[in-house]
Amino acid sequence: MNDRPIRWDWVSVLVMSPLFVFIYLPVAVLVLFSFHAGQVPVPPFEGPSLAWYAKVLDSDRITTAGLNSIVVGVVSSLIATLLATLAAWGLARHRVPGARAIEALLFLPLAVSYLVIGVGLLVAFSAVGIGKSLIAVGIGHVVLNLPLAFAVVYGQFDRDQARLEQAARDLGATEVQVFLRVTVPLLRPAILAAFLLSLTFSWDEFIVAFLLSGFDPTLPVVIWSMLRTGLNPQTNAAGTLVFLASLAAGIVFELALLRRRRDARTR
Amino acid sequence: MNTGLAASGAAVPSAEARGARRDARRGFALALPATLWTLAFFVVPSAAILLWSLFRREGGVLITEPGFDNYRRFLEQDTFRLALWNSVEVTLMVTVIAVILAYPLAYVIATRVAPRRQRTWLMLAVLPFWTSYVVRSYAWLLVLAPEGVVNRFLTLTGLAAEPLALSFNRGATVLGFVHFFVMLCTLTIYASLARIDPKLRRAAADLGASGLQTFLRVTLPLSMPGVAAGAFLTFVIAIGDYVTPQILGGNTELLMPQVILLQINRRADIPMAAALSTVLMLLVTAAYLALARWLTARRT
Repeated sequence: MNDRPIRWDWVSVLVMSPLFVFIYLPVAVLVLFSFHAGQVPVPPFEGPSLAWYAKVLDSDRITTAGLNSIVVGVVSSLIATLLATLAAWGLARHRVPGARAIEALLFLPLAVSYLVIGVGLLVAFSAVGIGKSLIAVGIGHVVLNLPLAFAVVYGQFDRDQARLEQAARDLGATEVQVFLRVTVPLLRPAILAAFLLSLTFSWDEFIVAFLLSGFDPTLPVVIWSMLRTGLNPQTNAAGTLVFLASLAAGIVFELALLRRRRDARTR
Repeated sequence: MNTGLAASGAAVPSAEARGARRDARRGFALALPATLWTLAFFVVPSAAILLWSLFRREGGVLITEPGFDNYRRFLEQDTFRLALWNSVEVTLMVTVIAVILAYPLAYVIATRVAPRRQRTWLMLAVLPFWTSYVVRSYAWLLVLAPEGVVNRFLTLTGLAAEPLALSFNRGATVLGFVHFFVMLCTLTIYASLARIDPKLRRAAADLGASGLQTFLRVTLPLSMPGVAAGAFLTFVIAIGDYVTPQILGGNTELLMPQVILLQINRRADIPMAAALSTVLMLLVTAAYLALARWLTARRT
């Protein structure tokens, strides 16, 4: 790699700074006014105060919804990642007739709006008598995340990895040894990345949860209902907490991908 | 493993054929759970939408005799036609603005930042991507409110005599959308730009191309897959999004997702919602076909 020095010419700065202001403005305002002492989150800023965070953590409705979101997120992401890993394995390491068709089918939900997927599940579930519940939401979230998880894990099964597995076999490793000492370690970052990506998407997902959750809302649905009260620092505090949780998962995801890339480079 | 079989198997075709069949069965079994899940919870519900769109609701009763009543109503009633038109207009506007804003950002990161630091800058540029979309739209409401930061700034500096109506209109919807999709398009366009060999640009320059010519005839065409991918994702996600127009646009003008939710929540008219969802799916297919040239080129 040729490491050119940074050339911070004025054009680049001129392009970057307004866009960064635009991108960060709403988040900055959201976070700042979550520490607002007053009743309405508009300038001038008063505080800082943690009162609204205390109120959020005190609210049974919000904490229950948070727990619902965590359960739905973890379970649906585990299922999506497991199904995706098995499918990636089957299609990449075996010669399956019609593999392209299966691939296309697995990617298909990416081309359909979440809203349409949600309406479809609503219609299908009510037709066969499955009521609105967190399980229905979880099933929907697996549908949304399966293509992404599949893409992430499938991308890892490349020719390099097949060569390494073959090399291990040539050196006398048994199939089990190949699996445990070559395949799994090489695949782990991708699987982790797929899981975390699914987790953040499920955590933030609104419309499917809104259509299917019924009396057990997830966190985005509760935040949605909080918006009816207008601008309120409590919503800022809840939103900031949701953002921080996604951010944490996002950063771990980035690091997992980064490690995957570094592994790829050292090979 | 596959290549080994193929190379040595010619002498014993029956054994090879058996091995290949076993291999295929094993692969298929592994892919089966994901395939079944997608069939049961995606393909079947999509088919259900198509089927229900042919039913109709009359006087609170579901009539399952198939017909095209919902589609006729869609073409005849102004509410629906207007919603479709608004949706297409807003989505196209958002797609164009997002790509135009994202391109320079991705370009600067891909060509002006040292390769070692590009990943970090890219992460910084899309960090707010991780805010949930309900929260993000609410955050824009805070910014655009009559008493909000922007209006406070405008009135204090004297740029505006009184607070402007920045929220609950189409502009606010477009702004909220653009914010999200600038980040998304930056990611896809950067991915395309980073894949372009810097040698190509240098070669063009060596052959006497000006900076602008190099950009127009080398960089831009080679980055089109990223632009198309970003534009397609923007179109698909934006045209089906209920949250942003509902929070930021208010009820001044309705977009397709708002009308669909209205059918479900207020009217309990699932067949009409299904018909409108079908129209939405058709629009996305049209967008895919329009961009297919670049989207498929990307995979090969």
